[in-house]
Amino acid sequence: MKKLILATALVAISFGATAQRYFSKTAHIKFFSHTSAEDIKADNYKSTIIIDQATGAVQVETLIKSFEFEKALMQEHFNENYLESDKYPKANFKGKGDFSKVNFAADGNYSVNVAGQMTMHGATKDVSAIATIKIAGGKIDGSTKFFVNPRDYNVQIPDVVKGQISEKIEVTVKATLQPLK
Amino acid sequence: MNQRILSKGLISLALLLFFQAIAFAQPADSTQVSSGDEDLLSLLDPEEEQTYTSATFKTTRIINMHSVENAAAGVMDFRISHRFGFINTGAYDLFGLDQALMRFGLEYGITDRLMVGMGRSNVNKAYDSFLKYKIIRQGSGKRNVPLSVSYFASVVCNTVKWADPNRDNYFSSRLQYTHQLLIARKFNNDLSLQLTPTLVHKNLVPTLQDKNDILAMGFGGRYKLTQRFSVNGEYIYVLPNQITSTYYNSLSLGVDIETGGHVFQLHLTNSTSMLEPGFITESVGQWKNGGIHFGFNVSRVFTVKDKRANPED
Repeated sequence: MKKLILATALVAISFGATAQRYFSKTAHIKFFSHTSAEDIKADNYKSTIIIDQATGAVQVETLIKSFEFEKALMQEHFNENYLESDKYPKANFKGKGDFSKVNFAADGNYSVNVAGQMTMHGATKDVSAIATIKIAGGKIDGSTKFFVNPRDYNVQIPDVVKGQISEKIEVTVKATLQPLK
Repeated sequence: MNQRILSKGLISLALLLFFQAIAFAQPADSTQVSSGDEDLLSLLDPEEEQTYTSATFKTTRIINMHSVENAAAGVMDFRISHRFGFINTGAYDLFGLDQALMRFGLEYGITDRLMVGMGRSNVNKAYDSFLKYKIIRQGSGKRNVPLSVSYFASVVCNTVKWADPNRDNYFSSRLQYTHQLLIARKFNNDLSLQLTPTLVHKNLVPTLQDKNDILAMGFGGRYKLTQRFSVNGEYIYVLPNQITSTYYNSLSLGVDIETGGHVFQLHLTNSTSMLEPGFITESVGQWKNGGIHFGFNVSRVFTVKDKRANPED
């Protein structure tokens, strides 16, 4: 019986050693803008994220056109007038996180500080956030939440709708990661 | 006995996996030595997502003509088109403002490619219904598609009382059909152009000189001056010897103003009707002597049905 446990442990370690990079191509990025006049929400289920445990590097990339709004006209205006997705089709994040403390092979919960630079609408800004990594039964779920001010990314907001768009837009990222083979 | 074989087997399996792990770990170590700033995303051999060009025009009409834009899936567009009288009617009619010619319509996107609509116009007391289908969508990604092509078809039913009730009058005589291919390209964020080959069929025409089938070519475009303001123009050339000389080609100039859920289109046009058979083949106004209408289209959209793949988080 002891040997069986040892063998299982070895198997677990060996898997842990082979996969040092974890990724998702269907990461969910949501943003939510709350003002007393209007709540605006959009979801994007086609984002790509990759983590390299050895170097601590994290990269995220998404197509602006993949954000879905409840109102089609709002989605058109988001692309056409605000984020100008024809000119700036993608947004991305490049940063580092302390992933060395995470044991991806065993169940557990971790909080990881991630910091780096986000590029959107042609502007690059420093962003930092605390990411949560939850490993349960071999499933790796990562999530994080941070705030973005559209002004930092040179997004032009006309005076008439200033009251409807928050200066503190909540961005949530959720992904189920799998090891990169 | 069995247990010994089992444990031996397990140990050798474990050893095998362990060495395999070391072997696998090797290339990972070598990349670790190299820079940590490499482009990790390229490891995922990213497939290009096909994206479609949006907002070639701000709304479903350039001015009178349909544009390649559709109401989005699940969206209802309530639309009022209004033309005042001819400006050359002078001060007595306040340069046309005393008169009101209008169409109101309800138009709906069934899918992102297919829309339908119907309306009523007080010019000829006409009812109309149409469908518009996006055959090709301009876009890039997996494939580069340089232009959009849509098919437009409409039926107009004029319901004015028969001029001569004693004649044999048929319902079919009231009907007029239009078929169009809308071929458009958004050249850049500001400039979009459209070419519109058109066939109008009228079941009944007034004189022998008037053809039942009329071919025309529409030209339209818009240029954005700001993000929410554009100038638009359209001209419809009717091929020669098809309509009597009392009719002129349709020429319209205007602006689009966008505010939140509305698009306002303000324009000047020599066409009185707001329906295809009317504005393409029966425009009596002449720009050179002030035979033009001031007019506007107002569009208000309502999301009737949420058609997103994942409507809620």
